[in-house]
Amino acid sequence: MVEKVLIVKYGEIATRGNNRHIFTGKLVKAIRKNIDSEGDFYVVKEQGRLIIESRNGEMDFDRIIPKVTPIFGIIAVCPGVKVKDQSIENIREVALNHMREHCSDKNYTFKVETKRSDKRYPMSSREVSADVGGYVFNSMDNLTVDVHNPEIVLNVELRNDAYIYSKLIKTFGGLPVGSSGKAVALLSGGIDSPVATWLIAKRGVEMEAVYFHSPPYTSEWAKQKVCDLAERLACFTGSIKLHVVPFTDVQLYLLDNVPHDKLTIFLKRAMVRVAENIAERENAQGLVTGDSVGQVASQTMQGLHAISSVCKMPILRPLSGMDKQEIVDIAKKIGTFDISIRPYEDCCTIFVAKHPETKPKTSIIEKIESKLTDLDGLLEKAVENIEVFEY
Amino acid sequence: MIYFDNSATTKTLESSAEIMKNVLVDQYFNPASASKKGLETSELIRNSAKSIANVINCDYEEIYFTSGGTEGDNWAIFGTAKGYARSGKHIITTKTEHPAVLEPLKILESEGFEVSYLSVDEKGYINIDELESLIRKDTILVSIIFSNNETGTVQDMERIGSVIKSKNPETIFHTDAVQSFGKCLIDVKKMKIDILTASGHKFNAPKGTGFNYMKKGLKVKPLVYGGGQQRGQRSGTENPAMAMALADAVVNAYENLENSNNSVMQVKEALWYGIVENIPDVKINGEEIGNSNPYVLNVGFKNIRSEVLLHALEEKDIYVSAGSACDSRKKSLSNVLLAMGVTEDFIEGSIRFSFSRFNTVSEALKCVEALCSIVPMLRRVQMMRR
Repeated sequence: MVEKVLIVKYGEIATRGNNRHIFTGKLVKAIRKNIDSEGDFYVVKEQGRLIIESRNGEMDFDRIIPKVTPIFGIIAVCPGVKVKDQSIENIREVALNHMREHCSDKNYTFKVETKRSDKRYPMSSREVSADVGGYVFNSMDNLTVDVHNPEIVLNVELRNDAYIYSKLIKTFGGLPVGSSGKAVALLSGGIDSPVATWLIAKRGVEMEAVYFHSPPYTSEWAKQKVCDLAERLACFTGSIKLHVVPFTDVQLYLLDNVPHDKLTIFLKRAMVRVAENIAERENAQGLVTGDSVGQVASQTMQGLHAISSVCKMPILRPLSGMDKQEIVDIAKKIGTFDISIRPYEDCCTIFVAKHPETKPKTSIIEKIESKLTDLDGLLEKAVENIEVFEY
Repeated sequence: MIYFDNSATTKTLESSAEIMKNVLVDQYFNPASASKKGLETSELIRNSAKSIANVINCDYEEIYFTSGGTEGDNWAIFGTAKGYARSGKHIITTKTEHPAVLEPLKILESEGFEVSYLSVDEKGYINIDELESLIRKDTILVSIIFSNNETGTVQDMERIGSVIKSKNPETIFHTDAVQSFGKCLIDVKKMKIDILTASGHKFNAPKGTGFNYMKKGLKVKPLVYGGGQQRGQRSGTENPAMAMALADAVVNAYENLENSNNSVMQVKEALWYGIVENIPDVKINGEEIGNSNPYVLNVGFKNIRSEVLLHALEEKDIYVSAGSACDSRKKSLSNVLLAMGVTEDFIEGSIRFSFSRFNTVSEALKCVEALCSIVPMLRRVQMMRR
């Protein structure tokens, strides 16, 4: 019987020694979550890769592949077939059918590569490649052999079962989520923060997100937009917990009690304090923001210093050195751009002063903040009333 | 809940919903079927058309059921353009139309039609002399909104109709009456209207219902082609359930129209006087209260962002619109208010309260109370940003 399978290759985690099985376990879990709704599938661990199989041997690759490719830690997926009968006669036929199905639309150069983990197999890898290559070449008239730089590499892998595939779809790479600890990202609903979240998640950090909701200054639509962003990000990370913090009272208090040109700095410090509080409770070790140096007034080095000084945890700012266009390009690639550009006010735009301070002095900010006697209480109240969504 | 957003849509009448359900379940036959059941069902549709024709003074065979205002406006404009292009390529409309009229006209402009846009005065009325001067021999269509969706301003349809027809009897007069039908007395003969577009969900019929009145003898082309239903003008299986639900809402709306208009006017007056007596720096966008359309009150609040005010009212379970609902998710300034010369600081803070006969004066008073507590608070924030 010939079964359709999706071969999943992972990269860096293969080098992680004894912890490897933990990482592959996380990968399996993420894959299962994403394909669960698509049918009756299971994931098998093979040496150095995972195989997605279905109970009935059928697989609609056009549906399954987009569900698997976003998962971090995978470097490539290969649609292929699995056969139990490893006799050379059967391998030849299956290989030919596979090539007819995938590579008959135009002329191709190709070669066959064989891997043989079962050393008792009566032929060497080289012999299998030559045999299968010759058979396929003679049976199809659109192929020429090129062993150095072929367009198609027909892979034959002889393991417990035999796997045959010819197409390798590269994915984002990265590490399985959770393999590098946990962080809390500040999501505003704009273009930048989801990209920052994505980049850090890519390096294997489990993410939670926090959004500051300020009704009536920000609408339910703006909140829904952030929920949709979180849901989109969850396609990559397996799952995301979103904390929605009611922030109107804090914003109004700051508006009344700090110099206007410095309002944004105080607001961001307040947000970072809440985010750090959430991170502590959720056993996370850091924060992630979408700051890009120089993009807006508060994103000067002086501004970033004044904001960071309120927080003990590391604040990761993966977009620091990126231009807006580079950020937009990633946002489009990961499917957050179209959500981010929905035109609802976010919490940052409404309370911004006309001429904000670009070179705040941390010492002055801290001195003013020490006189904001009600701030601690308001922040505590905000944290108490957090609404949590899980995606 | 206080629902002051009836120009966006209305609640479907229980009776209309009931009728619709019964027809869907029991009288589901295709009205075009050759069987007796088909005939019976087509009879239901004919009776619905008769009820509607009755209130606007036309023949029931001049009523065509549509999916609502957008289809109706598109049909009137594209259908007229296609049917009359040989007589001319000039069209007149106003700067304060709904997008369902403006967008099709934009497309016609790109296809070589010439469109003249009438300006409006500060209350939203067109200048009828300007209209007269613009009508030419090759003017095939004049499309003028009956009452404006944002401000409620009602044009003088009778004068407009007679000016058009005396200047060029061949010119087709279309009106987007989506915000008027069900709320105003309409006589298509007196007003010399050739095509009238109405939408059911604006007067308590279900969404997806509506009709166009099309005067007999017009050469207006269909928008959709197919099985030739509705005398070949609007193909697609007819929907007796929707036709009957629509007719039911029509009958209900017109049964006690004068009473309804009076009671709605009381709501509007209570709201406006409550606002103007308690809150400084406010103005009506549109006609003065006494002569106005009772169903819409568009108020500009200076130094307020309408979007924020809308959400603040929403927190108190009061529902209104900023600008018009169709536009409220776009961040542009209202073309209607701009055309009326409203200054930007008032447009930014313009809220449309729109009523139905089910609203009450006590709701208006509660809304005033809410505004009195919200507006000063929002203004404080807004002022501090400056």
